[in-house]
Amino acid sequence: MTKTIARLRVRRGTAGEAVSRYQEFAVPFEPGTTVLDALISIRSQQDPSLAIRYSCINANVCKECLIAIDGEVRYACTTRLRHDAVMTLDPLPGKPVLRDLVTETRPPRERLK
Amino acid sequence: MTQLATDVLIVGAGGAGMYAAIAAARAGAEHVLLADKSLVGRGGATVMAQMTVAAALGEECPDDWQVHLADTLAAGRGLCDEKLAALLCRDAPTRIREMDEWRVGWARREHGRIAQVTAPGHSRPRCCYVDFLNTGPAVAATLRRRIGQIAAIKRVSNLAVTDLVVCNEEAVGAVALDIAEGEPVTIAAKAIVIATGGLTRIYQRNSASANMGGDGYALALAAGAELLDMEFVQFFPIGHLAPRLVGMDPIMWDPFRYKLGGRLLDGAGREFLGDYGSDETAGYTTPRDIATYAIQKEVAAGRGSPHGGVYLSFAHVPRSALEGAFGPVIERLAQNGIDLGAAPIEVAPIAHYHMGGIAVDERMASRVPGLFAAGEAAGGANGANRLSGNAIPEALVFGEQAGTAAAGFATGRRLPDWPNGAGASAVAQIRSLADGRGGDIAAVELLDELREVMWRDVGPFRTADGLAHAIATLEKIRRALPDAAVPAGRQFNSALAEWFELRGSVIAAQAVAHAAAVRRESRGAHQREDFPDTDPGWARSRRIAMTSDGALIVDGRK
Repeated sequence: MTKTIARLRVRRGTAGEAVSRYQEFAVPFEPGTTVLDALISIRSQQDPSLAIRYSCINANVCKECLIAIDGEVRYACTTRLRHDAVMTLDPLPGKPVLRDLVTETRPPRERLK
Repeated sequence: MTQLATDVLIVGAGGAGMYAAIAAARAGAEHVLLADKSLVGRGGATVMAQMTVAAALGEECPDDWQVHLADTLAAGRGLCDEKLAALLCRDAPTRIREMDEWRVGWARREHGRIAQVTAPGHSRPRCCYVDFLNTGPAVAATLRRRIGQIAAIKRVSNLAVTDLVVCNEEAVGAVALDIAEGEPVTIAAKAIVIATGGLTRIYQRNSASANMGGDGYALALAAGAELLDMEFVQFFPIGHLAPRLVGMDPIMWDPFRYKLGGRLLDGAGREFLGDYGSDETAGYTTPRDIATYAIQKEVAAGRGSPHGGVYLSFAHVPRSALEGAFGPVIERLAQNGIDLGAAPIEVAPIAHYHMGGIAVDERMASRVPGLFAAGEAAGGANGANRLSGNAIPEALVFGEQAGTAAAGFATGRRLPDWPNGAGASAVAQIRSLADGRGGDIAAVELLDELREVMWRDVGPFRTADGLAHAIATLEKIRRALPDAAVPAGRQFNSALAEWFELRGSVIAAQAVAHAAAVRRESRGAHQREDFPDTDPGWARSRRIAMTSDGALIVDGRK
């Protein structure tokens, strides 16, 4: 039996890079899993250089994993993964990008500079 | 390089760290630096707590902090540091009423009194909460608001302290990784409070947030402090297992068990807690260590649920009562395909809290002058098993003590000069890793291996063979660390922070495994299959220290 897979197009790049670039990843699909589950699995199984902000993992209390999923601003931890179409992930719009899906969401008074 | 200086450095901005900052400023510290790897007040365990907070307020019936203390000591199975436990219980009511004044929003009865329920192990209704399942987020938000109003507190998010700097055996500051920039930062400090929480993230099944890998324990050991009771990891018995539940903390079921009397059933639908000497006909009273033991035994005997746990059923509860108790949570459950009236859910033990920690006195001072600890990072108050509801009061009460004591220590102390070369190797380490490094295996993969071995061999059940295997695996991981691959990059290179997380986690894991191997008895959360009985001769804490070559020693012996 072939395993069902989910495909994700993820925006990559750091602050200095002007050209947008997407990288596609395929992850094993399990019913009920989330976009954050998939990103965590990509980091540990495929590419540890992929950057995503998260803290509470599952409880949706830290509110750190806010990104754009298929153009809509959503939490990665509560958005279910789908396998019937490629999902496109972009950093939160309107915020400076630090790396990949990580944006500068720290309140100004919580930054070093 | 950014060089900071402060009176009091607080490492970790969960409940304990935020309260320590408030207390330090209140005690006169002019500069308090509150640093967190994540975002201030959003990472850590406090914000995750959906449950209750124990304090002898006496709102429902007469209560006394000494009764709370007696319950805490009984739950601790003979191992509590009684002075720390007394401090926790004595000051909890003051802190909880203060949170009320700060508008945390404790749930109230119709007549206006604060609602208090009886959580397992408590002899009185003593546990307050914020509806619905909002206790931790409300406490964290309240503290965030307070610290935002105090000019003396400088908050820094995404700043990970990697090393403490010690000079003439006194703590004089720290080196940190500025995660956003990928650059080292030095922090000269007159006093330091470690408030990094526990270590449950080192277990595969855990209810932790991402930044609870035990780094504070490794920092303390390397600075010369001692740890105690490291073998006592609390496994929360009814962590959510299936169906997949998102947007909720996996330990959310407990309050509903005691509000509504949810029943634990084996795979065949039979109640089993009575077989383990815990009759629940009078209500939900089984302590966490016994419930974890009973569930693991049922699963091991082949009587578990399909996903390897047991069932939690609310089928006997009328729908109106479910709706009254769960409120809007019913809708969130429905989004997860869960209808409690129609089908039970599956639950299983999950690493939840760490009783052990940094050895401190009643002022939260470690044996290293200038180094304090607060909250879950500090060990001793909860002995071999924590009473439910004691974690948030511990964060607030110990945070208050530590912040006050650290500010007192800093008063009249000159900002310590770092001798030539102090912190230099830690700074060089950060720079070298940020340049990237090839290798066959990444830190994140080693972390996965560490979590697997800790769950399998140092989890709810332990044997000499399993512990020996874990100790060997952890040693191998620790040796592999210097060669772990790190992709190059500075700005928010998560792999950089992960390398340091692994370095801390492996030492914390070794401390747990060594302590568990030494304790040849079963007590509270430490259950040895090969030594199932509690031995009165072992009713004392074991202490762990680190030698100058990085090896861990238990009670002074390798």
